[in-house]
Amino acid sequence: MSIRLFVPRDSAALALGADDTAAALAAEAQRRGVDIELVRNGSRGLFWLEPLAEVQTARGRVAYGPVEADDVAELFDALIQGAEHPLGHGLTEEIPYLKNQERLTFARVGITDPLSLADYQAHEGFAGLKRALSMDSAAIVQEVLDSGLRGRGGAAFPTGIKWRTVAQAEAAQKYVVCNADEGDSGTYSDRMVMEDDPFMLIEGMTIAGIAVGATQGYIYVRSEYPHSFDVLNQAIRLAEDAGFLGENILASGKRFQLEVRKAAGAYVCGEETAMLESIEGKRGVVRAKPPLPALSGLFGQPTVINNVISLASVPVILARGAAFYANYGMGRSKGTLPFQLAGNLKYGGLVEKAFGLTLRELLQNFGGGSASGRPIRAVQVGGPLGAYLPESQFDTPLDYEAFAALGAVVGHGGIVAFDDTVDMAEQARYAMEFCAIESCGKCTPCRIGSTRGVEVIQRIQKDEKRPQQIGLLRDLCDTMLHGSLCAMGGMTPYPVLSALNHFPEDFGGAGE
Amino acid sequence: MTTEQDLAQASLQAILQTHQNQPGALLPILHDVQDALGFIPDWAVADIAKALNQSRAEVHGVITFYHHFRTTPPAQHTLQICQAEACQARGSRELTAHAEQVLGCSLHGQSADQRIGLEPVYCLGLCSTGPNIQLNDKMVSRVDAAKLDRLLASVKEAQ
Repeated sequence: MSIRLFVPRDSAALALGADDTAAALAAEAQRRGVDIELVRNGSRGLFWLEPLAEVQTARGRVAYGPVEADDVAELFDALIQGAEHPLGHGLTEEIPYLKNQERLTFARVGITDPLSLADYQAHEGFAGLKRALSMDSAAIVQEVLDSGLRGRGGAAFPTGIKWRTVAQAEAAQKYVVCNADEGDSGTYSDRMVMEDDPFMLIEGMTIAGIAVGATQGYIYVRSEYPHSFDVLNQAIRLAEDAGFLGENILASGKRFQLEVRKAAGAYVCGEETAMLESIEGKRGVVRAKPPLPALSGLFGQPTVINNVISLASVPVILARGAAFYANYGMGRSKGTLPFQLAGNLKYGGLVEKAFGLTLRELLQNFGGGSASGRPIRAVQVGGPLGAYLPESQFDTPLDYEAFAALGAVVGHGGIVAFDDTVDMAEQARYAMEFCAIESCGKCTPCRIGSTRGVEVIQRIQKDEKRPQQIGLLRDLCDTMLHGSLCAMGGMTPYPVLSALNHFPEDFGGAGE
Repeated sequence: MTTEQDLAQASLQAILQTHQNQPGALLPILHDVQDALGFIPDWAVADIAKALNQSRAEVHGVITFYHHFRTTPPAQHTLQICQAEACQARGSRELTAHAEQVLGCSLHGQSADQRIGLEPVYCLGLCSTGPNIQLNDKMVSRVDAAKLDRLLASVKEAQ
């Protein structure tokens, strides 16, 4: 019997040489006449160990990493026996970083071959869809409502309420749109779902379609994610051929079709109405609300818009029931969130946990402190529009309401750590500059305010009339917060003001 | 008209044909044109507009809105360096300064020999293992100055 080896095909593993490792393993096996089956699985999300090679043994899968192509010849004997080796980490499932997680949405990620329908079904795949097909529309919506699932893109709006609005709207054509324009720095959980478990997203979207009466879905994927685009297209074809998607889903008479749309490098298209404009073939300019997209969305029709992780959480909710999911979490933040540990951390990776653990637990127990060995000075949570938190706030529980109380956001769960070499005035200037580059230009506070913001912060940095300029910056942030049409201009003040308030010494010491 | 432009014209017509019944087809068309020709030439705008029953101004407006689309030919090789926060926290500012120095150009520019274009990118989704770059189609993580020099040397050798 052949020996099963695993080398991930996730972008992060590829960027660290996984293809070379896989080729070296195949060549070494051939040279020695050893019969191997090389599976290109998803990533476990332990990125400091990538490329992570695994071997299937009677005890379970055994991990080795990071395994570069040059390591293969010397490692090979130990690897194929699952034996001890300096690069070895024992049984994968027993690695504390993985063992201490609560993987509901990411249960299969890193374990299966992303494009194997057999693998997917062997790990509870399509159980949620099959149950949904036995329920009426209102019951599916109720299940999602009862689970407490809130929008994982960042806005945290209850998913079930959105679905109910679309389900109750009368229209000949409705749509489900998946927002996969994951532009926040420090986030990659959407990318991992698309590359490493694409059938889960397809299943979640199909359930959404059945629940609200939509027959067409779109997945809007950023152009910076070419692997996601390719894998999704392959997965859609496979799911259609096997009857899980298309004209007659599992012989139920229900219809749902999916198309993947490639974005074109505009961060603001992650805003839901700008995304709709983009799918319609226009400039990604934000629409004024109302009307809500749930009533008048894509091509003017009722549209469910959800983030990848929201939709990917639906299959397990349907398969295991709302109560199972709602049992995780704290307060009004139910379930789990795949946190993404990024930036200057020793052990960066994907950590899915129930809401409620503290930022410090993530940074220390999982992240292992900074990669540089210097103290962590600031942590940006929730992407480029999220606040910078100082060390004194690290004991805040990860909960939507607890973060909102600090003037911060959990957002999409991206956590970017900076050590004490960071210049927070420069980070504030960058936040304004990013807004100036990415603003859609429709509203004045964002379009003009961001450029004026860069200029004001530059004057503060050069100590030109510093106290007046700081007053001006606060005034400008107030205007952007309250006067912008969407989160682009409306939240850029979060990183700027948090930098100014928590790190006044970097702005010349004048907090006011 | 040159033979090269005949070929380009034929490929544009084939692309327009493929997308003729697709709702909201403009972005997919622009992607296909750029993938086929390397950029979106001015002469293609009128044909695209006509196929979609839009004005040239509308198509031009869409092309110029999105950072991904370009209206001039790219350099032989394109080096993108991530400028976003997670890579900043791992040294991308220093890496960018190094690239600007060795290529002799700033972001959005081309190297002195015109062979390498240097572009910013805002997140490749590899945020735990930065600084990250993309050199042509290949993404590479944990790039320091020495690794970048080796990668640039390898594309220069490969012609």
